[in-house]
Formats: sequence, C-alpha cells, structure tokens
Amino acid sequence: MANSLKCDLCSKPATVHLTQIVNSKIHKVDLCEACAQAKGVTDPSGFSLADLLLKASLNPEPAGDAKCSACGFTQQDFKKTGRFGCPECYSHFSRLLDPMLDSMHKGSAHTGKIPQKAVTRRSLYERLTQLETELDQAIKAERYEDAARYRDEITQVRQAAGRKEEAGK
Amino acid sequence: MKINELIDSPSELTDTAASKSAVVLMTRIRLARNLAAQPFPGWAREAQKKEIRDQCMQAVAALPQMKRGLAIPVESLDELQKQILVERHLISRELCHAKSGSGIVISKDQSCVVMVNEEDHLRIQVLRAGFQFKKVWNTINALDSDLEEHLDFAFSPNLGYLSACPTNLGTGIRASAMMHLPALVISSQMEKVVRAVNQLGMAVRGLFGEGSDASGSIFQISNQTTLGESEEEIIKHLHGVLNTIIEQELNAREKLIETDPNKLFDKIGRAFGILQNGHLLNSGEAMNLLSLIRLGIDFGVFADTQRAVVDRLFIECQPGHVQHAAKGSFDPNQRDVLRASRLRSEFAKLPPPDFTSAAK
Ligand SMILES: [Zn+2]
Ligand SMILES: [Zn+2]
Repeated sequence: MANSLKCDLCSKPATVHLTQIVNSKIHKVDLCEACAQAKGVTDPSGFSLADLLLKASLNPEPAGDAKCSACGFTQQDFKKTGRFGCPECYSHFSRLLDPMLDSMHKGSAHTGKIPQKAVTRRSLYERLTQLETELDQAIKAERYEDAARYRDEITQVRQAAGRKEEAGK
Repeated sequence: MKINELIDSPSELTDTAASKSAVVLMTRIRLARNLAAQPFPGWAREAQKKEIRDQCMQAVAALPQMKRGLAIPVESLDELQKQILVERHLISRELCHAKSGSGIVISKDQSCVVMVNEEDHLRIQVLRAGFQFKKVWNTINALDSDLEEHLDFAFSPNLGYLSACPTNLGTGIRASAMMHLPALVISSQMEKVVRAVNQLGMAVRGLFGEGSDASGSIFQISNQTTLGESEEEIIKHLHGVLNTIIEQELNAREKLIETDPNKLFDKIGRAFGILQNGHLLNSGEAMNLLSLIRLGIDFGVFADTQRAVVDRLFIECQPGHVQHAAKGSFDPNQRDVLRASRLRSEFAKLPPPDFTSAAK
C-alpha cells in the first residue's frame, strides 16, 4: 500500500510534502492539493513555511477548556488563528507552545536584546506594590517599627523610579 | 506633516541620489513589540484598541527621529493613499485592511515607520536604499531603546519579546533585503536558490505585484526564526546568505555574457524599444522591462547614473503611484496607458544603448 499521508491542515490525503531544515533539525509539512494552493505553496517564492509549520503542529492535543485568566483567550481560539490573545497567554498555554517552538525557531530561549529600562522600571513598580501591602499589614497589626522601615524603603524606591522616569524625558 | 505632503515629498526609496548597489535594492528591518498587560490587537476590544493606539502613537510621535513626520490613524487614509504607502514599503497590506483603531507614524524622510495595532501593538520598521544592514540596525535599535523609555514592553526573560504570533517570539526581528536577481531568473536557477535559502531557515518571496509573483526578478529574502539567536547573529547569518546570493547572481551574469551575449543584448534592446514606444503596459510587464534595463546598466549598456531613475520607476510604475501622478481614479486599462506614456517620456530622454562597452 502506498504511504498515504494526511494533510496537516484538513486531514485529506496529502500530495504536497515540504521540508525545512532549521538548525539541522528537519521539519516536515504534508498538504493536500487544495490547502497547498490556498497557502501559496505552489508558487515557490511566496509562502511562509514558518506559519505553515505553526498551523500544522497545532493538531495533536485535543483542545482543552482552559482560558487565559488575563484575557479569556482559549486554546480553541489559538487553533483557529495561530495567534495569542495577550502576553499572559504565553504562560497559560506554555504546554501547547513548548513543542512548537522547537520546530519554529533556532532555540527555545531568548538570547537577544533586553528592554533594560522597562524591565527595571517594572520591577521597581512591583516592589513598590509589595511594600505598600506590607506597610498596610504592618499598620493593621500595629507593628510600627516595621511600618517605619517599609515607609523608608517606599520613599527610596519611589525616588529610584522617579529618576528613571526623568531620565527618559 | 500631512499625508499628501508626505506622498509628494522625496522618499528614501524614490530619491536615492545614486543607487550604487547592483544587486541589493533595499535593506529593511522591523521589530515586533507589544505593551505589557494589554490584549494583542487581534483580540482587544474596540475601545481598548483605540486606547492602546493613542498611547503608542503619542509615544512614537514624540521621538526626536519622528519630529515633523506624519502620525495618522489608518481609517483617515483613503484607499489610494494606503496603496501608495504599501507600494513604498512603508506599511503592510494587512494594516490597510485594519478596520479601526490602527495607526501609522512615518518619519519625514520616510525611512522610519511605526505601524500601530497591526498584528502587534507596534511594528517598528527602518528601511534604506542599498545594502546597509549595519546602518539600519543601529537606527532601529536606537529607536526601539528610546521608545522603551516611555512604553512598557511585554517581555519574558525566557521567551524574549512577546508577540501575537509565536513565530515572532524572542527578538521579534525580521531583517530583509530586496534583491534584483535577473540573471538567476534568466538562467532558471531561482528555484534552486529558493530551496537552498529555505533550507537555511530563511524565506524568499517575490516582491512587487500581488503579494507573491516575482515581477521584475525582484525577491525579498528574510530571516524566519527569531528565537534562540541574538539580533546581531540573525543579521550576520542573513548577511552571509545574501552575500552568497549576490555572488551567484554575479556569476550567472558573467556566464550569460560569455555564453550568449546576443541573447542577453536582444532582451535588453527589446526592453528599451518597448519602453520607448509601448502604449499599453501593465505593472508586471513594466517591472520586467525595467529589470532588464537595470541589468543593462550593470553591464555598462546604459550610464551608471540611470540606476537611480530605474529604481524610482520601479516604485512609481505601481498602480497607486500611476493614479496619483495622473490625479484621478482610473481602471486598469487606463492605468496601462498612463504608465506607458510616463515610461515613454522617461526613456525618450535616455541615450540609446551602447552594447560595445558591455561586450568587453
Ligand atoms: Zn488540506
Ligand atoms: Zn491571554
């Protein structure tokens, strides 16, 4: 019997087989005539294999009901569009994402530019929120020495954040 | 700056004093960026989208690089204006279809563009005529760092810059070069090149015309992977691939002129004849004819100074530019007449081809 592969996008018999080698790993996409046409594969110069690989790798796991708690995006939505709903989706759907990264990219860890200022600023704000909560609790529990310490630290962090802001202007 | 003022003022691509690069027409880098804790444009509600747009556009327009440029919501552009921006490689077709809540900010010299609420909140793009990755990267890197002072980007230490599509994860960088590869096309080697480039994890696409057809032997080569390598490594890798393609194209040219110069000169001569005398030219055909003239320039058949003219015409022969120049809306047939007439007058000025200087 002939090896009858199924189309990665619609499960009809596949007639077009594509191979891409990224970082010496081989990735394959099998498509039926109609899907190949629709994706522009027949024109050797005009399609994005990365996008195809993404769609093709979405099959296996049955879609769960899990929703991103930040934006309400579901696994079904991702299967439909190949796009996420918000930055938080990346941590919510990491199980879905991890196996895909392998076929899509050179590696699975970022080694490029870091938005240094934004990262510092965000961690300062996070620290500030944390300190404010602790201050509240300290006051409620009448731990005044702790409260004074938190207040001092809040002033310090505020100053640091303020300087960052000014440097940006 | 108003949109019409921008359209009528010289752009990086239409006013290159001297286009010196024989093979690379244009270098471009874009970065995908998103705001932290905000839904991506494709998932955001209308009101959120507008809010995000206002915040992003304000931050971008305030950058010193964008001073006296254009900042405008996409919905206030008409179809022709959008098309002209697409033909100049300033905005994407996807952005044209954006219903509402999207915007663009373009620098005065039209070399820096930020698309707001396309697939991502921000698509920062810098382009330059010729082969200039270093310059383009330095410019866009600075632009991005300046922007970062005012906007909190969605970033994960592990996954890098978070984008709507996982194919852009990490650096979010797409570096590309627009290459003129007529000899590889004439000698039927393009398919081989496309396959080799794909195997190296890069993408090739035909540039002008409807999305994918390779009119004018112009191809865009770009990186596909964005995670696991630094921006510099990605650019360096692409640079190496491009240099190899340039070498192959130049070899193919040498071979063409050695093996069958008459076949080549016949193509160039006929192209010149049609451009000087044709009365109906669609944009695909015009592109292919101009491509042959450009090849002729590289062979010394026409003066070197003509390259900038041809490069400008590549853009100005697109349907949107033709209609804009004629100040009206025309059907494709009328456009073909207008295009041919424009080309006739350009090529009437050109001295006839000198084939003796090419056949060294
Ligand atoms: Zn199919
Ligand atoms: Zn989400």
